[in-house]
Amino acid sequence: MSKIGIPRTLAYFIYFPFWKTFFEALGQEVVVSPPTTREIMDIGVREAVNDACIPIKLYHGHVAYLADKVDYIFCPRLVSVRKHGDFGTETFCPKFLGLPDMVRLALNNLPEIIDERVDLKKGKDELLKVCARVGETLGQSGTEIKRAFKQAMKVDGRFKQLLYQNYTPVEAMAMIFDQQEHIPPPRQETDLKIAVVGYPYAIYDAYINAGILKLLQKEKVRVYTQDMLSDKTMNRQARTLPKSMFWYFSNRAVYGALHFMQEKGIDGIIHITAFACGPDSIVDRLLEIESRRRNHIPYLAIAVDEHTGEAGIRTRVEAFLDMLRFRRDKA
Amino acid sequence: MKISFPHMGYSYIAFKWLVENMGHECIIPPEPSKKTLDLGVRYAPEFACIPFKMLLGTYLEVAEKGAEVILTSGGMGPCRAGLYWVMHQYLLDELNTGIKVVAFEPPLCDLRDFLKKLHWIRKTGGLSLKAFIQVLRITWEKIKAIDEVEMYSHEIRPYEINRGDTTRSLWRALDMLDVANNEMEIKMALQEGIKLLQQIPQDKSRNPLKIGIIGEIYVVLEPAANHYIQIMLGEMGVQTDRSIYLTAYTRKNTIVNLEGDIFSVAKPYLAEAPIGGHGVNSIGETLLYAKHGFDGVVQLAPFACIPEIVAKSILPAISRDHGIPVLTLFIDEQTGKAGVQTRLEAFVDLLEKRRQYKATHKNARLVV
Repeated sequence: MSKIGIPRTLAYFIYFPFWKTFFEALGQEVVVSPPTTREIMDIGVREAVNDACIPIKLYHGHVAYLADKVDYIFCPRLVSVRKHGDFGTETFCPKFLGLPDMVRLALNNLPEIIDERVDLKKGKDELLKVCARVGETLGQSGTEIKRAFKQAMKVDGRFKQLLYQNYTPVEAMAMIFDQQEHIPPPRQETDLKIAVVGYPYAIYDAYINAGILKLLQKEKVRVYTQDMLSDKTMNRQARTLPKSMFWYFSNRAVYGALHFMQEKGIDGIIHITAFACGPDSIVDRLLEIESRRRNHIPYLAIAVDEHTGEAGIRTRVEAFLDMLRFRRDKA
Repeated sequence: MKISFPHMGYSYIAFKWLVENMGHECIIPPEPSKKTLDLGVRYAPEFACIPFKMLLGTYLEVAEKGAEVILTSGGMGPCRAGLYWVMHQYLLDELNTGIKVVAFEPPLCDLRDFLKKLHWIRKTGGLSLKAFIQVLRITWEKIKAIDEVEMYSHEIRPYEINRGDTTRSLWRALDMLDVANNEMEIKMALQEGIKLLQQIPQDKSRNPLKIGIIGEIYVVLEPAANHYIQIMLGEMGVQTDRSIYLTAYTRKNTIVNLEGDIFSVAKPYLAEAPIGGHGVNSIGETLLYAKHGFDGVVQLAPFACIPEIVAKSILPAISRDHGIPVLTLFIDEQTGKAGVQTRLEAFVDLLEKRRQYKATHKNARLVV
């Protein structure tokens, strides 16, 4: 039995239930890095190339945290997860494409890295093939891998169902793995409904965005994110744009935001973005313009970086909420 | 129709000819200036890269002069340049310029759309298919000739005795190419231009340092964006080889094309290709420059350019393994000419010392 480390950032928020189940069904132990802390961020900022965005730096920090505690680091090279986009070439941000190489060259004393290439646009069986290759690296047999794959798919399906029931990935994972028969979160009366869109690693990592989700909850805001929408709902928005984005996460954020713009009862949209994020330079302005053109829905963009402080975010969010309430009461 | 296009190095000479000979009116894009950049920065998203901002500024400038249509390129990603035209169109609409951006997507991705746009541009200009193809051919010859003289100028500039001679002759050569109207005239203008450059008084006893220029296409090709880095280095007495020319893939005589597939060269350091833009190329090209005995490499990239950040994170390892110093310059609207010059001078000094040291200590293993 070997220990496999999975960094708790980037694609963690979408693929963790699948891979945790898969590895454990193969009899491996999965070690997750803790939620981001100041120390993890500092290591990441120190080790990663200085021009990288904060999520990439955090990833370096998480890997460094795991380095001496595990036998393998799970850092797949995410190339595509579906055939989508105007030319069917939807992929991930170039930093995701180069991530295993960046990590390997930036950090010393790393255990073996499982950097299997995940390119699912080619066909339905691709994911199983990826699993087979990962399983072989760990010295597992074909039948075991198939069994584990099936189990993982099942858990992944349950995970997605929970998301569609408006749980955040963090809540859904707690329900699946910690056996918390959830407690529907204390839904006191809802004052406002806000869609929070952006990349999963920016929205759900409470350290990087200074706990914005909690802050909203305290303000009696019901939060929706793009991950609570089905692919079908989201992809309907693709046709309303001159050209889709090239990046999976960006498309989800854009489609999700466009969907919520037309959704009745949504009072405002908050876009969380990382400082100097390349794709978001397009995404953010696009959403800003579209939110005005489509429904005149209030739109707030929050850029986070390694210097983000809680007070700054709180001030901006409170001002936004005040504005929304004022707008509603006037209507 | 009044047509304009992005300004990228000296290629505007050929594209101007193309637009005019397709039966349209050409609004020549001005060389990007402080004003261009200011305009672009004012309306562009904050974190857009500098090519985006310069192009937006250029479009706003040509809009003032009455341009109706902008011809540009699309892309299939994952570099965001493929989405420029979308965002430019949004912003130009917001500013009520009335400009339409027509982007040619890669024909391999969408051949139908590509041909449709070509057809449209031909019909509105009123050209027969035969004449249209002929015009395209001559334009291509022109671009090749422009690249040729420019390439040659970078080769001889470090030998010039009177500073500025080469650049002045280059301009005269380009002027001659500008007025050439058919293949014969282009050929003659090219010959004349090369001759002009050859006649410059030179000191052939010099042994200039050799530096490879790699990076993102726009800041590499547009001298106004990279603060005329090749001229600057040439006048410091450095021979530069640029990895990107518009016509590079048809050439056999450039270092970068000698080795075949650049992606396989880069493979030991980056196992994925392409990653958008010229990210993988930058890695492969650095390896090639090291192999061909260059003294150093300068990486040019816009601030926050995603593929080049990936490349930058990998370059130190290549630098260490192959003993080739790399200077990365990230360019944004805050970059000043003096800053670039200071850093280049320091880099060149370092390379000089390094070369001397290597010459005196034959067996020394140099750590960069």
